[in-house]
Amino acid sequence: MKIGVYVCHCGGNISEVVDIKKVMEFAEQQGDVALVKDHAHMCSDVARKMLVDDIKEYGLDKVVIAACSPQFHGRTFMGTVEKAGLSPYVMEMANIREQCSWPHYYQPELATKKAKDIVKMAIVKARLDEPLEKKTSPIGKRVLVIGAGIAGIQAALDLGDAGFKVYLVEKEPSIGGKMAKLSRTFPTEDCAACILSPKMADVPANPNIELLTNTEIESISGFLGNYDVVAVRKPRYVDITKCTACDKCAEACPVVVPNEFDEGLSSRKAIYLPNPIAVPHAYVLDDKSCLGLFPLACSKCYDVCDAGAINYDEKPERINFTVDTIIVATGYEIFDPRKKKVYEFAKSKNVLTALDLERLISLEAEGTVLRPIGRRIAFIQCVGSRDELVGNEYCSRICCMYATKLSQLLKRADPKRDVYVFYVDLRAFGKGFEEYYKRAQRTGVKFIRGRVAELHEDSHTHKVRLKVEDTLTREIIESEFDLVILSVGLRPSEGTTKIADTLRLIKSPGGWLQEAHPKFRPVDTLADGVFICGCAQGPKDIPDTVAQASAAAARAIRLMNKGEYEVDPITAFVDEKLCSGCGICAGVCPYEAITIELKDGKRISRVNEVVCQGCGACVASCPSGAQQQRWFMTSQLHAMLSAALGEEV
Amino acid sequence: MKKLIITSENVKFLQKINELADQDITLCEQCGTCSASCPMVAEMDITPSQLMRMVQLGLKEVMETKAMWVCASCYTCTVRCPRGLDVAKVAEALRQVYLRKALDYIEIKKIPKYEFVSLPQIAIVSACRKFTG
Repeated sequence: MKIGVYVCHCGGNISEVVDIKKVMEFAEQQGDVALVKDHAHMCSDVARKMLVDDIKEYGLDKVVIAACSPQFHGRTFMGTVEKAGLSPYVMEMANIREQCSWPHYYQPELATKKAKDIVKMAIVKARLDEPLEKKTSPIGKRVLVIGAGIAGIQAALDLGDAGFKVYLVEKEPSIGGKMAKLSRTFPTEDCAACILSPKMADVPANPNIELLTNTEIESISGFLGNYDVVAVRKPRYVDITKCTACDKCAEACPVVVPNEFDEGLSSRKAIYLPNPIAVPHAYVLDDKSCLGLFPLACSKCYDVCDAGAINYDEKPERINFTVDTIIVATGYEIFDPRKKKVYEFAKSKNVLTALDLERLISLEAEGTVLRPIGRRIAFIQCVGSRDELVGNEYCSRICCMYATKLSQLLKRADPKRDVYVFYVDLRAFGKGFEEYYKRAQRTGVKFIRGRVAELHEDSHTHKVRLKVEDTLTREIIESEFDLVILSVGLRPSEGTTKIADTLRLIKSPGGWLQEAHPKFRPVDTLADGVFICGCAQGPKDIPDTVAQASAAAARAIRLMNKGEYEVDPITAFVDEKLCSGCGICAGVCPYEAITIELKDGKRISRVNEVVCQGCGACVASCPSGAQQQRWFMTSQLHAMLSAALGEEV
Repeated sequence: MKKLIITSENVKFLQKINELADQDITLCEQCGTCSASCPMVAEMDITPSQLMRMVQLGLKEVMETKAMWVCASCYTCTVRCPRGLDVAKVAEALRQVYLRKALDYIEIKKIPKYEFVSLPQIAIVSACRKFTG
């Protein structure tokens, strides 16, 4: 056996702390080590070429790379070793950066000693490595996109245009999501509905997209290339193919309830069009507010529908289908400002959320004035964001700019208005944002640095008096306003939380979905074939959301386009002689990859190697040592432990 | 305008207050919630957020301000701080540093009896705590 050991300097990251020479001398003394080299950057093209040449020239059959974490460059070096004709699974990484030079920066001698131990552990493991071979598995071209806001729509259109079959599932009766509610978009001030509605219309027009509105995901099981989806379509009671959106039913309906599309500022009937640009453009009957369907108490809408589109007998329908990959675009909700008690939201007539103001401005543009907006308007930033009192540490990213935009729209409608923005830090991070902020300052919007401590609405005049410190002059301001707008932050939507549970996705602090790597795999998840995009991953504006949605579509296409994909052979397997069929492994497997089967009258565990993700839970739980995991065999782990403890191996 | 010179002495002062208050005062984001919430701020020479800033920078001049003595320890700032800092405890730490000098500013024995009777008890307790060594 010939093992080659390569020690990386990582451009100083390692060599400034660890004595590379000493580690190399130590490695040379280890058995089976045929070659020891170092390099300033092992991951560089030239070093990898050297590695390929060495493997061929010296006939190396195992390689140890002492460098960074395998999470970081494991795949890089596996690819290099494979290029030289070896199995990628005879390469071992000794992590002497994240687990050595970085944390032990101030103890170089001990770090060098630890680096030696880590290298030795990798060498003893490499000795026992077997040349595993990659497997391939067939994959189809079907994608499930969950959520049809702008993120889901963009991903679905990209996939549909590329010729992939898309199931676009939306729980609301219309697609469009939160963007459909917005007035204009920053910093260009495009009308949100005008740029969104053509995209919405493209969805049903795309022959590759099957749009399922009013539908929720019940369960998803399976694995990459074979996800079985169960969705439930809630009854709409209106046939979307027949409905002509003539509005006669709504005129006839006697029930008036708050309109959720207008944030409850306006009202709608129990049968209604979800919004003016709704897709599908058909009415929906809200069975929670309808006078009664079972037994039928009122049939006024049915009686006036000329198209015969209304059917009170519709029942929830279960839809089953299979997909190869999944894109999660389940979006956000706004922070409920009632949780921030000092802002007296819902108790005060003239304290509204920014989304309320978006609706007021949109409706005003359409000619409907729901309520006066007033002359003196204050925006309070960071409501529910950057606030540990409500449990949200994160910045919601979009509020600075949407408040700036709303201030501009208010000023344009009436230049005499006094608009104040009370902020903590103004974050104009995007392209054209700083310029937009400057433009707002030029129009006379006053930006005051201070978090509003409290406010109170006068019960007679309904003016809102707020108290804040101008932290730049250290003056305490107490001022009255006609209207106070709370720039509410974002939080993960209920759907995002639910899908995270269904798909067993990891959540980052704040409850957002966690990407596989924050820099290099921003739309992947650790579940194979599941991608995330838009605000489900974290608060972001529309350009970032659209970019991420297209990225998620591209990542999904990358997996499916070849018609087959590579499966890591790092899976568990059972030594049938040792297995007692106790079933503990099947219970702990988070991927449902293990079944207990009868073989020759004996119960034994069987691992579905396509489903197995190689997490090792079954191996750790097996009381008889029958479960083993390739590349992490118990014999290998024992050898590593012995090496770490300084025993002879 | 006086130039501000920051040395390692300033860091030591910050660390001392951090330790006494059991807070990481560097985390203060200077949003001003404490100042605008403070019922005593009108009586102060510097605002509570300014006090926090001066401690962040390790400016010992903060010890000469009136604000830390005016603080009524009502804890509104502490309850409202979005970074979860105990601002009232910082003021208390500053007072402690001062009081450790053990100087008498009032002599209890010299307070006339009629004043002793008419003063609210809490005022006497706090006077003993804050103004005697």
